[in-house]
Amino acid sequence: MKAFTRISLAVALAFSVAPAWAEDVQVAVAANFTKPMEKIAADFEKATGNKVVTSFGASGKLVEQMKNGAPFEIFLSADQKNPIKLEQEKLDVSGSRFTYAIGKLVLWSSKPGYVDDQGEILKKGDFQHIAIADPATAPYGKAAMKVMEKMDLLGTLQPKIVQGESIAQAKEFVSSGNAELGFVALSQVIKEKGGSSWMVPQSLYKPLYQDAILLKTGENSAAAKAFISYLASDAALAVIKDYGYELPSWTKTDAK
Amino acid sequence: MPNDEDLGAILLTLKLASLVTAILLLVGTPIAWWLAHTGSRWKGIIGALVALPLVLPPAVLGFYLLVLMGPHGPVGQFTKLLGLGTLPFTFGGLVVASTLYSLPFVVQPLQNAFEAIGTRPLEVAATLRASFLDTFFTVVVPLARPGFLTAAILGFAHTIGEFGVVLMVGGNIPDRTRVISMQIFNHVETGEYAQAHWLSAGMLVFSFVVLLVLYTLTPNPWSKR
Repeated sequence: MKAFTRISLAVALAFSVAPAWAEDVQVAVAANFTKPMEKIAADFEKATGNKVVTSFGASGKLVEQMKNGAPFEIFLSADQKNPIKLEQEKLDVSGSRFTYAIGKLVLWSSKPGYVDDQGEILKKGDFQHIAIADPATAPYGKAAMKVMEKMDLLGTLQPKIVQGESIAQAKEFVSSGNAELGFVALSQVIKEKGGSSWMVPQSLYKPLYQDAILLKTGENSAAAKAFISYLASDAALAVIKDYGYELPSWTKTDAK
Repeated sequence: MPNDEDLGAILLTLKLASLVTAILLLVGTPIAWWLAHTGSRWKGIIGALVALPLVLPPAVLGFYLLVLMGPHGPVGQFTKLLGLGTLPFTFGGLVVASTLYSLPFVVQPLQNAFEAIGTRPLEVAATLRASFLDTFFTVVVPLARPGFLTAAILGFAHTIGEFGVVLMVGGNIPDRTRVISMQIFNHVETGEYAQAHWLSAGMLVFSFVVLLVLYTLTPNPWSKR
């Protein structure tokens, strides 16, 4: 009986804080943007008192979840195609989509001096495994495939490709040394000490315009709208730039 | 209809499960025998270790395997020394992972069967001057037949359904580490529900048939008799 009283007390306490959740913002975020997002979310919480709840994953997977009713209010994609899919499904607040960052692809190894700054190592092919994100669901994985195709190396590298279910797992495969090298997002490794990398030239893949979109679920949430405008603020843009992203051109022309 | 990649995944999964079941029967039998007959104080510890994959989240097992079998881990160092390279992202790696993961599903039915036989038939065989191996193959194996059957079927079926560990150490490579459950996951995540339905319905029918066979052949596979 005593235990029962204690448990009911605990349950009552747990639910008593429920009203504080009302101002939560549910954000689905492409895995490449994990680190800047953590910083931006923390700053936003400090500035506004609203709490940001984030889910990270491959953009394609997140869109499938939203199509199936996942309760996200904002989606930060790694491309433009996936948010456009949500527009086609009429799940968005129309006209809310905008580019918040332009992503950069790098070939990276956790071993210093392993990847040369011309990417010649790909031609030598002197490795067992090269990690990429799943091209079917992750825009960075698709870009990586494009790069190898353009370099005419896809045939020889194909048997060595291992796929992470998102760019986060692809990077994990390389960090742990299980894959000697891999294509990852610059933002994932820009703060990393040690290791070696090759900035893949923009001519080898289409620019990774990363779009944000407000969903119908967040249409009436003041907190969700506040986060969208915070994402386009100078403070957030500074963080985005700091993690190696190129800023969209609208930042120069008008202060959105 | 299932496409080529689906068929590749099915073949790979069957190959994996067959190999793992064979290994498990070879490795699991002596362990189960020892657990059934020992009075050692290690029995509890070994028994718990063997049963661990029943309760351990596959992600935990997968994580430790990735670390241990990776180039910086002790197992990885060892396999590199042998000239085998490292095991993650290889079929061999999946075999090792699945063997650990399905171990309790083979050891426990065998242990139950051995315990049910008791020591009496062994003693009788001994009075007839039968050697241990003789006794084992002419007395124990026939008596424990339902146990072996249950062990083989459960080990096979459990390996077929493995997902979490493969997700951690597999690398999603077609025809090498992309098993059926991984392929279903890929289909669902990309919205290819028709393909996912084909494979999932196949798995559902397969699992039901496996259990049906199991319950028909052995009246109550879970009892100690």
